[in-house]
Amino acid sequence: MRQLAGKIGEGLKNSLPSAVNSLLVPLLAVLTAVVLGGIVIALAGGNPFLAYVGLFQGAFGNARAISETAIWATPYIFAGLAVALAFKGGLFNIGAEGQLAFGAVVSALIGYALPGWLGFDLPAIIHIPFAILCGGLTGALWAAIPGFLKAYTGGHEVINTIMMNYIALNLTSFLLNGPMKDPNPNNVIARTPVIAESARLAPLFEGYRIHWGFLLALLVAFLVWVLLWKTTLGFEIRTVGANPDAARYAGINVKRTIVLTMALSGLLAGMAGTIEVTALNHRHELGFSIGYGFDAIAIALLGKTHPLGVVIAAILFGAMRNGATRMQFLTQIPVDVISVIQALILLFVAADAIIRYIYRIRAASERVVLTRGWGG
Amino acid sequence: MTENNIVLEARGITKQFPGVLANDQVDFDLRNGEIHALLGENGAGKTTLMNILYGLYHQDAGEVFLNGQPIEIHSSRDSIKAGIGMVHQHFMLVPVFSVAENIMLGDEITRLGMILDEKAVAKRVLELSRQYGLDVDPQALVGQLPVGVQQRVEIIKTLYRDASILILDEPTAVLTPQEAEDLFRIMHELTERGVSIIFITHKLKEVLAIADRITVMRAGKVIGTVTPKETSEQKLATMMVGRDVILTVDKGLSQPGEEVLKVDRLKVHDFRGLEVVREVSFEVRAGEVLGIAGVQGNGQTELVEALTGLRPTASGRMLFAGKDLTGKPPRPLTETGMAHVPEDRQRHGLVLNFSVADNMVLNTYYRPPFARFGVMQPEAIDANARNLVKEFDVRTPSPFVAVSKLSGGNQQKVIVARELSHGVKLLLANQPTRGLDVGSIEYIHQEIVAMRDRGVGVLLVSAELDEIMALSDRIAVMYHGQIVTTVDAKKVTREQLGLWMAGARPEE
Repeated sequence: MRQLAGKIGEGLKNSLPSAVNSLLVPLLAVLTAVVLGGIVIALAGGNPFLAYVGLFQGAFGNARAISETAIWATPYIFAGLAVALAFKGGLFNIGAEGQLAFGAVVSALIGYALPGWLGFDLPAIIHIPFAILCGGLTGALWAAIPGFLKAYTGGHEVINTIMMNYIALNLTSFLLNGPMKDPNPNNVIARTPVIAESARLAPLFEGYRIHWGFLLALLVAFLVWVLLWKTTLGFEIRTVGANPDAARYAGINVKRTIVLTMALSGLLAGMAGTIEVTALNHRHELGFSIGYGFDAIAIALLGKTHPLGVVIAAILFGAMRNGATRMQFLTQIPVDVISVIQALILLFVAADAIIRYIYRIRAASERVVLTRGWGG
Repeated sequence: MTENNIVLEARGITKQFPGVLANDQVDFDLRNGEIHALLGENGAGKTTLMNILYGLYHQDAGEVFLNGQPIEIHSSRDSIKAGIGMVHQHFMLVPVFSVAENIMLGDEITRLGMILDEKAVAKRVLELSRQYGLDVDPQALVGQLPVGVQQRVEIIKTLYRDASILILDEPTAVLTPQEAEDLFRIMHELTERGVSIIFITHKLKEVLAIADRITVMRAGKVIGTVTPKETSEQKLATMMVGRDVILTVDKGLSQPGEEVLKVDRLKVHDFRGLEVVREVSFEVRAGEVLGIAGVQGNGQTELVEALTGLRPTASGRMLFAGKDLTGKPPRPLTETGMAHVPEDRQRHGLVLNFSVADNMVLNTYYRPPFARFGVMQPEAIDANARNLVKEFDVRTPSPFVAVSKLSGGNQQKVIVARELSHGVKLLLANQPTRGLDVGSIEYIHQEIVAMRDRGVGVLLVSAELDEIMALSDRIAVMYHGQIVTTVDAKKVTREQLGLWMAGARPEE
């Protein structure tokens, strides 16, 4: 078995150009997770081949399936970029979930309440960007707090972003059950009123749900790439991430850069929530986003913290989530199997030594610096 | 035992690492009771050979014999069992443990199988230190001992485990000249009692002073084995490098100009809040080299960090190029013309996974021509790297490879090239040649003298007395956070400096 796996690893390595070689581990991680997932499906009494056919059909089988996959992928791209950007700066933002929830709450508020406050209707060209901007900035502010604590007190961002998640999610729950709850007497759900027409991002095509937010996500991914590799700010973020001592030596304001990196990360996470409200749900509802911020960590890792990698990983995750329904329909395998496969992917990407051992890939000497040690 | 009393022998040792033949058919033998020096530049294969003898690596080909019998060593446990002990360059001690606790670590004497018997250990430690003239208090906390004594603890650790063969890896790198003398006395004491010593070093003077035989390695091969009588520093250096080397730095008289740096009663605290630089005052003039001599840990690191903006000053002033820049962060200092070759090049000087080109603009990346309106200009950055690589003879396959792929000497050249490439008034060089090979040292020394001759003020901090003496025009000796004295480099002897470094007070 390992003989075969070794051959696969060898063959792939020789056939791929060197630039693609760094994608080897993620590719093999997905492959391995799919194989193991197939075994899980078989153990659960399903036909793995049929299940994967169903998964593929459900994700890419027709125009509608592709449209739905893109919808799933959109928040994944934003949130994945958020986590990846923080990683590049040497920070582990586990708080995307909370930043995303606050972004959604604030953009919903701007969406439904702003015309009332102003006393007149806004044109969409102003209302939509304003709602997205406010949601993004809320995420940025929320993430800047643990960034500030990290930079000026040494409080570890992993702990603080987790704690901030609890605050954000419970505060959201309070708002959606209380002050921001849809006042419609028929409403029993914790959700905001519907946002104004002028705050809604339009679908791309008549009859499909795929919306402008998907294109915005791709544009933002490109912008993140430009930021990180083409600007002095990106150079500073990457230097602080790779070696904060050398960054200080080089005259970079390390503390400011840490706060800024977290804020930018939170901005992207906040936008993930914002897009869901303005383009898809047209309101914020408690529990719609559970898990995006956590899946984003897996997506950022699978995408090797590179914007293009994040886009590909986000589409893969979106496809799996979207195709799962069709898979369940064909094989009666519960959609939860997808979570198992996603968890396996994350496991193999994070513990890449396993993949390197199975497929006999020598460890690359350049290592992605993810985070520095606790308290570092 | 064989006729020559050879206790340890390596025959035909070959070890291949990816892309490097670290050991190529290496033969090496150690006689009973001798000090056998292993000399070579970094990357010559000394450490690989020792790691094979100590069981940390396994050879691809070749054999190791212990007292004439072939032996397979697969771990340090095997080597300890075989009576081989190693004192690493970086001590493997737990600072918060006592000497006795450190010594028994991993080989504890216990009662009832679980209760530590520290008294028995302490007794054995005292026995050993008396026997070999190693003066150590078993109850003292290791973290509070001077480096020289910590090294003794490491040596006792190996003797405690009944080592009869001792490998000392660059043991004098951290010692004062006096401490080194002490170590040499201990080494003789040990060999008289039948211990055989392999002494790894790159310092030629020491080798000639103490070794019975000297084996020189270069590029994974043994170049030859000689005795101190039949060789000289110059001959050894030629063997090490493979060509004639200029050991003395060729420099003319200095032409000191105006004052570029004035330090006035500077006080600096370390991370514990202790005052480690205590009212230090000195000045550096344009076109001169001021060397700061001193054993490591006497406040030099903190002094340089304070001068370069990496550490806050507690009180006092620093005037640089006529401006009071006390406590300013690194950027305004760089912009005023300060170049800094930091002590720890991999920690402060480089971002190892960045390219050579990016590292060459590490502190100038934000200004034209490297960036315009916040956008990096790759063409300018590449052109800069190509020029500097050529000018400073950096051996790299291309400016785009990660700087981590370069040898230590070439990494240091990247830093020196970067620091000297922007308008420099003052060069602060802290241990600029630590751990470098003879060829790179030669190059960096010439570069420092060239800067001086171009009218740059140089503040050189080094623990290597030879380096200080070779390059400095004036020498300040630092001890316990204070500058004990400042002297003309031409009018002072090595011995006198060594005494001051160890805490002797100047007479006047």
